[in-house]
Amino acid sequence: MPAREKTQLLNAAQTGRTIERLGHEIVEKTGEKHGIALIGIRRRGVPLAQRLARTIRAATGAEAPIGILDITLYRDDLSLVTAHPVVQSTDIPFSVDDRDVILVDDVLFTGRTIRAAMNGLFDLGRPRRILLCVLVDRGHRELPIEATYVGRRLETRPEDVVEVHLKEIDGEDRVLLERAP
Amino acid sequence: MSFTFRHLLGTEALTRDEITFLLDQSRAFQGIQKQPLKKLATLRGKSAVLAFFETSTRTRISFGTAAARLGADTMNLQAESSSTQKGESLVDTVRTLEAMKPDVIVIRHAASGAPHFVAERLGIPVINAGDGVHEHPTQGLLDALTISDRLGRLDGLDVTIVGDIRHSRVARSNIHVLSKFGCRITLCGPAMWLPPEITQIAPNIRLEPRLDRALPGAQVVMVLRVQTERLQEPALPADEYIRLYQMTPERLALARPDALLMHPGPMIRGLEIDPAVADSPQSCVLEQVTNGVAVRMAVLYLLTGGAPSGAAAG
Repeated sequence: MPAREKTQLLNAAQTGRTIERLGHEIVEKTGEKHGIALIGIRRRGVPLAQRLARTIRAATGAEAPIGILDITLYRDDLSLVTAHPVVQSTDIPFSVDDRDVILVDDVLFTGRTIRAAMNGLFDLGRPRRILLCVLVDRGHRELPIEATYVGRRLETRPEDVVEVHLKEIDGEDRVLLERAP
Repeated sequence: MSFTFRHLLGTEALTRDEITFLLDQSRAFQGIQKQPLKKLATLRGKSAVLAFFETSTRTRISFGTAAARLGADTMNLQAESSSTQKGESLVDTVRTLEAMKPDVIVIRHAASGAPHFVAERLGIPVINAGDGVHEHPTQGLLDALTISDRLGRLDGLDVTIVGDIRHSRVARSNIHVLSKFGCRITLCGPAMWLPPEITQIAPNIRLEPRLDRALPGAQVVMVLRVQTERLQEPALPADEYIRLYQMTPERLALARPDALLMHPGPMIRGLEIDPAVADSPQSCVLEQVTNGVAVRMAVLYLLTGGAPSGAAAG
């Protein structure tokens, strides 16, 4: 099998700046009227949500509550995998009812993860609005889902692999694209 | 760490790591019990047979609730209405149920070892919901979850179990779980219900027929149900059992002040337990019931995963 070619799309500084810019965009577009909440989708959506909250706090002084959502039980491919994946806890320590909720994830691809996340959210209550913030949108949607805030749009082929590395989990910030041969 | 067992037949064969993993998974399902909408579609299209060859209310409802919350369908077999009453053998009954293509079978049976017997003969996962005087693994796991939630740990605790140890599958499953965490277990009850050989099934087990000697230092006190048909003249009349073993506030006070009081249910107030103890802040009887659903959801989720039967092992 021929080696797959990996290229760095964003280095540490560019990744950090992109996340910072996303935080400012959220502040500009949502305003402070309704008290937004950030919900990170496990795993890399969680540190992303925490960084966005820091940017929002620095810009406005407002504390955006952060929740953690595990979508395992809402996946639509469980009957296809060889063993059921480990379930992690969902931890959303506030009511989502009547709130503007921003779902946060690292990569938007088929849209199935976001579908699962929305189902999970609705089991917890009735948010006023659900918005979506992703670091990378790599296209190839299989569902009619679009992100509200996008850090970087990438032209990819379906077989390519996009890797997001974040300091909190991977020890470094960078975004890589692995081209299928 | 992942769970690689095909069946859950007992806690004896589980390692400490596997128990820890099962409890961690159960915690994820505890959260769902608190959601406004508790019903998931995770196991949609799957079905579970609840084959209760021995009467049961709470365990059957608990498994049924767990399956329903995961979106699975259930097929119920109850002893009173089953064809076993008409003389059908266990293996024929379960093969008939299997022919209806369920994805998992939960079995309770009065004969110790019945779930193992069934597991060897069927191609689907088997969950033991209590077999004779052998094991009741989900009870052992839900008790461990309740203890670790309340006390923050399982390691090295002093646990006293009071009652009919000889006939208790709950005691056995608890011993197998807790001993793997280095707990010291004191078994207390009338001498005829304290089989000496039970001290061989795990390390650090002590038999103590006197309650006033069994309770001091205990951090967890488990009171077992006493089957009234076993309380008979002249061996052990009920009033004698009450006089010597009923858990009263005065007796519970012999244990650590913050000791947990547990009971697997159904409780008979006024027999093995004083109502004041059953309703005390130390009692976690209702948490045990809530945790039972979470543990059973985790077990059903983990065992029904994987490729459909007949597909390559993986």
